[in-house]
Amino acid sequence: MKVTIDGQEIEVEAGTTILQAARMIGGEVVPPAMCYYSKLKGSGGKCRCCLVDVTKGSDADPRPMPKLMASCVTGCQDGMEIASKASPRVQEARKSVTEFLLINHPLDCPVCDQAGECDLQNLSFEHGKSATRFIEEKRTFEPEDIGPNIQLHMNRCILCQRCVQVADQLTDNRVHGVMDRGDHANISTCISKAIDNEFSGNMIDVCPVGALTDKTFRFKSRVWFNKPYNAHRDCDKCCGKTTVWMFGNEIQRVTGRKDEYHEVEEFICNGCRFDHKEVSDWVIEGPRKFEKDSVINQNNYTQKLEKVEIATEKNILLGRDQDRKKISMVSNPLDTNNKNS
Amino acid sequence: MSQKILLDKINIPGIKTYEVYRQNGGYASVEKALKTLTPDEVVEEVKTSGLRGRGGAGFPAGMKWSFIDKKSGKPRHLVCNADESEPGTFKDRYLMELIPHLLIEGMITSSYALGANRSYIYIRGEYMWVYKILERAINEAKAAGFLGKNILGSGFDLELYVHCGAGAYICGEETALIESLEGKRGNPRIKPPFPAISGLWANPTVVNNVETISAVPWIVNNSGAEYAKIGIGRSTGTKLISASGHVKNPGVYEIEMGLSVYEFMNSDEYLGGMSSDRPLKAFVPGGSSVPVLPAHLIYKTAAGEDRLMSYESLSDGGFATGSMLGSGGFIVYNDTSCIVRNTWNFSRFYHHESCGQCTPCREGTGWMEKVLHRIENGHGREEDIELLLSIQSKIEGNTICPLGDAAAWPVAAAIRHFREEFEYHIRFPEKIKNRDHFVAEPFEKVKHLVSKVIV
Amino acid sequence: MVHTRYKQEINMTETLMNRINELISHYPEDKRKSALLPVLHEVQDAHDNWLSIDLMDKVAEILQIKPIEVYEVVSFYTMYNQKPIGKYMFEFCQTSPCCLNGVEDLMDYTCEKLGVKVGEPTADGLFEVRGVECLGACGYAPMMQLGDFYKEHLTKEKIDQLITDCKDDKIILHDK
Repeated sequence: MKVTIDGQEIEVEAGTTILQAARMIGGEVVPPAMCYYSKLKGSGGKCRCCLVDVTKGSDADPRPMPKLMASCVTGCQDGMEIASKASPRVQEARKSVTEFLLINHPLDCPVCDQAGECDLQNLSFEHGKSATRFIEEKRTFEPEDIGPNIQLHMNRCILCQRCVQVADQLTDNRVHGVMDRGDHANISTCISKAIDNEFSGNMIDVCPVGALTDKTFRFKSRVWFNKPYNAHRDCDKCCGKTTVWMFGNEIQRVTGRKDEYHEVEEFICNGCRFDHKEVSDWVIEGPRKFEKDSVINQNNYTQKLEKVEIATEKNILLGRDQDRKKISMVSNPLDTNNKNS
Repeated sequence: MSQKILLDKINIPGIKTYEVYRQNGGYASVEKALKTLTPDEVVEEVKTSGLRGRGGAGFPAGMKWSFIDKKSGKPRHLVCNADESEPGTFKDRYLMELIPHLLIEGMITSSYALGANRSYIYIRGEYMWVYKILERAINEAKAAGFLGKNILGSGFDLELYVHCGAGAYICGEETALIESLEGKRGNPRIKPPFPAISGLWANPTVVNNVETISAVPWIVNNSGAEYAKIGIGRSTGTKLISASGHVKNPGVYEIEMGLSVYEFMNSDEYLGGMSSDRPLKAFVPGGSSVPVLPAHLIYKTAAGEDRLMSYESLSDGGFATGSMLGSGGFIVYNDTSCIVRNTWNFSRFYHHESCGQCTPCREGTGWMEKVLHRIENGHGREEDIELLLSIQSKIEGNTICPLGDAAAWPVAAAIRHFREEFEYHIRFPEKIKNRDHFVAEPFEKVKHLVSKVIV
Repeated sequence: MVHTRYKQEINMTETLMNRINELISHYPEDKRKSALLPVLHEVQDAHDNWLSIDLMDKVAEILQIKPIEVYEVVSFYTMYNQKPIGKYMFEFCQTSPCCLNGVEDLMDYTCEKLGVKVGEPTADGLFEVRGVECLGACGYAPMMQLGDFYKEHLTKEKIDQLITDCKDDKIILHDK
């Protein structure tokens, strides 16, 4: 089957979704995806970030689709034409979804362990605005302790439900789920039971935001101060192939190996993730590569850093000048000739 | 008197019981269909009748039936949507409570047409006493041989059950209803696949409203062509209207499509005019989700033609000057009612009922409610009106199911037709402190205040 | 959100179990989970109108599903209560058509008469007033739900009468 996305044509097999086709093309046509995860059955369709405009349904039925479609759950048809980044309507929709995702988000990136590898940060960078129109009080949830390995920050959650799917599909006894409904829907165990089984740690890797983070890595470092290396070990529970995040000679964190769409290549077990933090536990393969513009590259690789000059003095003076104007003070209080300035 | 199809026997004493219902010609359509018609012939009759889905969307029922996947060989199901919860709508309950066997007869005939051997009536949990009425009626029908194995010796088997919800408007959406019937949270599914291909337990399923299914017996007995003669244009047959608000005789009425809105509002056969003789200010013709219309667009369309009770006439003028027939929930407002308060009330409803699955609806409905609540309580800002329009446009069309649109439309329509009232709330907060602020001083009397230019 | 673990005496009587098994038989053998909503109604009605964690676990066991699947469903639907509530719950419909007919004034009146706020049971645990969304009785407004039944065309006098009847134990909550 042939499909065209933003003018680029590609041959795909029947059953391919628009998002998968776009990822095959790569680059700017790829819609952002916050809830879709190719390795989890039934994921996708919820966040509405990946909406695209189907301008031609197929060769057989060329009518355009009236509504924007979620590309992650819409199958390609032969001859389908799709506008992604090229469509102003799609751009507008992505901006809308970004705004909706942020109105109740705590925006606590400075203290969030996910910062630097957060899909919501990337989405906001691309489609967000720095000002908010939301003047209401933000929604908050009571904290819940879900055990020694995983930290749950419900206030940051975007309800992609990937963690629920991980528990359903990787483990045999799911103990957490989505509680309540509407804007008070939340991820919870309801009875504060530790989420404890061999593969629960993958909830951290699939979480697109900082709602589920690694408790053993909590506040240890910013991700961009760590050096990621691919490493492996013999493991009888999982593939044993991981990325270890090092600070000096210390392994501070172990995660699955994530591709450019931040999906793990293979799921790993909790033993590898939480219990093997010695360098001697691992065979280090070499540095893990990241996309060119990832913040994780900032301190690690060969990129030349411009010297940044922070003109503190100058900016303080500028600020004072603006304040003075706000309170209608003359710039020089002693200058009696210039009362109206 | 116009023709009654659904309510013609409603006043017969004891019609609730099987015996009386049967003595008055009940279950004739089952006999006729099972003994003389093939399933496809029943589908054809319904197609010919032009019967459209009475739940709100108005999709042709016969066409919906013809989409059901008969090739896969999987069991098929008919599910009746009795999760009536659209504000302003209470017709299905009236029908089920007073003449339960009509729905059961419709379910049997329709299940036969679709080849469904296991069908369900999904009723909202709050109608618990109606649930019991239906359960008893099903037992009566079963005892009389109209349900179970080999019905009337035709070889057709059908098990019919009632299933109750537990308080969620969203379960009126057909895929959420199916999820709920499977014992899950009422989260609408992503379509495609449509229920006709993969519905209840991944089997081909048709979901129809109570009123739609209740019209099937008459169509089978009297032919689709006869049904199509009633009504006007593509709005065939009769429609139940639930009338509420400031009218003299609120209640459920069966009308022939094409009746004029003026006659429906004012004749003594129907609503009998406004209660307490106050002037008409606005009305919502099809349940809370459809756009509200101001007085001057109610009896006449923008083009000056008479506004009729039909799918086409009520939507004449698009959203700019029209509305929709929807589910037939007819809410009437007099001049003491406050449109801002009413819009906030609807917004609160949608906020409360959003399932929380997709972003625009989960976040947007709550945001709209909060802004409207501020305006209604005297804390509005001039920019809030544009903000509301912006939020609603960001929800509309971007959600998984139609609840997003249903939440967005009433807000847009209220601002479109009653913008001055919003401005009044924002500029004169001290005048709207009490919730009944328009009772002593209807907006018409203070309207001049907002027409002044504010610098 | 973590739920407080309230204590509740669980009593799965034979009548209740028979009814549950009947409900389960309405669905295919391998689809027991489908019976969840009706079963929860029955179990809740038999246990003072609320469902504790232990009771939900019991339902999970009967339907052979995970407890979390029951918690998820119970928290989604508004008719299931997760903590003890007043015996006579006056659930006033507060959506637009009822408001047009003065339900807000009636709610204020009822709360004042019972000396409570919306959502708080009376000290003796007998009454509770709640505002709910559209109950589908707009033409008979103002109205409320009490147990399995609707009380329509309400007036202050009717409210007074209802309160008296409740106190005299004359009100039937469930049709069994």
